[in-house]
Amino acid sequence: MLEITDLHASVDDKAILKGLNLQIRPGEVHAIMGPNGSGKSTLSHVLAGRPGYEVRGSIQFNKRNLLDLVPEERAWAGLFLAFQYPVEIPGVSNANFMRSALNQVRCQRGLPVLEASDFLKLIREKAALVQLDPSFLSRPVNMGFSGGEKKRNEIFQMAMLDPKLAILDETDSGLDIDALRIVAEGVTKLRREDNSFLVITHYQRLLDHLKPDIVHVLIDGKIMRTGDYTLALELEEKGYDWLKAETV
Amino acid sequence: MSEDPTVPLPEMNDNSEEDVLLNRWAEQDYEFGFVSNIDQEIVPKGLNEEVIRWISARKEEPLWLLDWRLKAYRHWLNMTTPQWAHLEIPAIDFQNISYYAAPKAATKLNSLDELDPEIKSTYDKLGIPLEEQLILAGVAVDAVLDSVSVVTTYKEKLAEKGIIFCSFSEAVREHPELVKNHLGKVVPYTDNYYAALNSAVFSDGSFVYIPKGVRCPMELSTYFRINAAGTGQFERTLIVADDEAYVSYLEGCTAPKRDENQLHAAVVELVALNRSEIRYATVQNWYPGDANGIGGIYNFVTKRGLCQGISSKISWTQVETGSAITWKYPSVVLQGDCSTGEFYSVALAARAQQADTGTKMIHIGKDTTSRIVSKGISAGRGQNAYRGLVKVRESATNVRNYSQCDSLLMGDRCGAHTYPYFEINSPDAQVEHEATTSKIEEDLLYYCQQRGLSTEEAIALIVNGYAKEVLDKLPMEFAVEARKLLAISLEGSVG
Ligand SMILES: Nc1ncnc2c1ncn2[C@@H]1O[C@H](COP(=O)(O)OP(=O)(O)OP(=O)(O)O)[C@@H](O)[C@H]1O
Ligand SMILES: [Mg+2]
Repeated sequence: MLEITDLHASVDDKAILKGLNLQIRPGEVHAIMGPNGSGKSTLSHVLAGRPGYEVRGSIQFNKRNLLDLVPEERAWAGLFLAFQYPVEIPGVSNANFMRSALNQVRCQRGLPVLEASDFLKLIREKAALVQLDPSFLSRPVNMGFSGGEKKRNEIFQMAMLDPKLAILDETDSGLDIDALRIVAEGVTKLRREDNSFLVITHYQRLLDHLKPDIVHVLIDGKIMRTGDYTLALELEEKGYDWLKAETV
Repeated sequence: MSEDPTVPLPEMNDNSEEDVLLNRWAEQDYEFGFVSNIDQEIVPKGLNEEVIRWISARKEEPLWLLDWRLKAYRHWLNMTTPQWAHLEIPAIDFQNISYYAAPKAATKLNSLDELDPEIKSTYDKLGIPLEEQLILAGVAVDAVLDSVSVVTTYKEKLAEKGIIFCSFSEAVREHPELVKNHLGKVVPYTDNYYAALNSAVFSDGSFVYIPKGVRCPMELSTYFRINAAGTGQFERTLIVADDEAYVSYLEGCTAPKRDENQLHAAVVELVALNRSEIRYATVQNWYPGDANGIGGIYNFVTKRGLCQGISSKISWTQVETGSAITWKYPSVVLQGDCSTGEFYSVALAARAQQADTGTKMIHIGKDTTSRIVSKGISAGRGQNAYRGLVKVRESATNVRNYSQCDSLLMGDRCGAHTYPYFEINSPDAQVEHEATTSKIEEDLLYYCQQRGLSTEEAIALIVNGYAKEVLDKLPMEFAVEARKLLAISLEGSVG
């Protein structure tokens, strides 16, 4: 599904990712943990194609060279990023936004555009999946949403667009205990043999729900350690210092 | 009532960048740029009293109207073009314009079947429903091609309610008293240069009268089309809503693509009597010229409504995407106590377009309220100015005004300018003004793209969201058209 080899990324000559390697197979859930500022969000944006980074290395995504694609082509290819800081779009309703996006994505994936009634059915079904109150569908995208509501809305959009690889950048931060469970259950329901998740988080709690197959620790722009679920438990207990110490 | 905000203005920005290759605007094809092959009667170019007499005679007008035209013409001769707008207007040779063009066949039509098929196909191309069966769509249409009104649909159905909806010429013939009572009362021919010119040479337009207590059961609509080359269009619209009447009126405009500039100098007058309401919406898509500023319509229009009666209401909504140059300030004179004036505007200046548009709210009556929402969009090398006057006379107590003027800039070769003027002579007036200028943030585009939208789709979506408050004021079919127009006009842009 995804194969990252020796990835470097910098902004204004400041190196952030420094030779990162990562491999995700279909059906897997990977977690990335790591201290603030270690480059987790940068990795997610480099994958999604945000402009402004100087990038070296290679990223293969389902046999395509991801770095050759503009952001929307990556979305069409099945990549989704749930933003750590979702953006507000004044005057554009959530439903309208999703209809435009879904039509385009379906069109590019060779699927027919949905009839209005089918779209309505789908949007209700996916809103229910993450227990997003239908009133949020007619509100402008993320405008005046609380922090937790924005995060839930990201997962709703993910459910609508049915990606192959979904990157969740700290989706759990800002969610209350119940919301966290609901979002985690939603993600679990969306898991299939042929899709994968890359979950960036600081907390054990989301991982308790999601049961990731593989956990990575990102420190100073590199994957410092990879393990199974127990690595997350170890980090919870010991923090990152022991790993940082190992680096030196 | 003929105040122009003649305030000295800062020098126009230097936008001397000429390199077309660097221009990030691809020239889009103007969808309505076709020319129809219609047999035309065109008066020779030039303006003098003879031409005015000829037009008046051609339309079999009464003497009082000819007199009025001539007075307007003589007044116009002593006027100069307004210079205060943030516009660069090349000198116009008023002797090089033909002041009357009419399809030859269109004398007087009794039914749609008599309409010249070529004219009908022109309107079909424009998507204007002239067919009676489209009555279901609930829109009655008056279509003005060049100088004359070609056909007015659904006249009978409206007549049942006592509503008059016809061409201006017909109104002069059939309802001379109504026309005489109101013509030039809201926009006198002395008002400004282009209003005087229009008063002298206007050839047709629409007339609407809604009787007491009648709610017009359908949207009324006029479609203006300039077809003939070398002509100007000078239409005049007059709408009178009697006590407790209500009408919603829509106006659309297109013109063929030509390298020459053509002048459109219209006048619209609205009169709202006690507790009546007039909603007037415009979707203006005159040919804007190409990316280098060659060709396009000069849209110099005077629109004003008079809230004459108590608790009357006039609401202007405009979506201005076309024209090479727009000079236009739909205004409301709030004379009746408790009357309300509204102005909702989206003005787009892309390519090399220039727009100087806004409104005037003149508060005379007590407890009068006005609301101004202006959304400017500048792109390419477009120059967009909002100019608005809120004037509160001493007599007007307890006035409230709210103005919001937003500007959206796309790219760094365009300009946005805001000129709000306030003349508040009543101590208890509550006047609020907010203005913002923004760009489309890169992160916003990126977010949309991450969801699968292309740059162009993302921009169209964002711009439509930005203009939503105004677009929501339009009737449904027009809102759909306006959204498409905004998207088309912005195609080829990079955020
Ligand atoms: N545009 C930029 N300009 C300058 N520095 C940047 C820029 N973007 C990221 N950085 C820096 O790169 C480093 C990595 O940032 P990133 O957002 O990827 O961290 P993170 O691992 O997601 O942290 P957190 O856990 O706090 O979300 C930080 O030190 C940050 O300040
Ligand atoms: Mg982060």
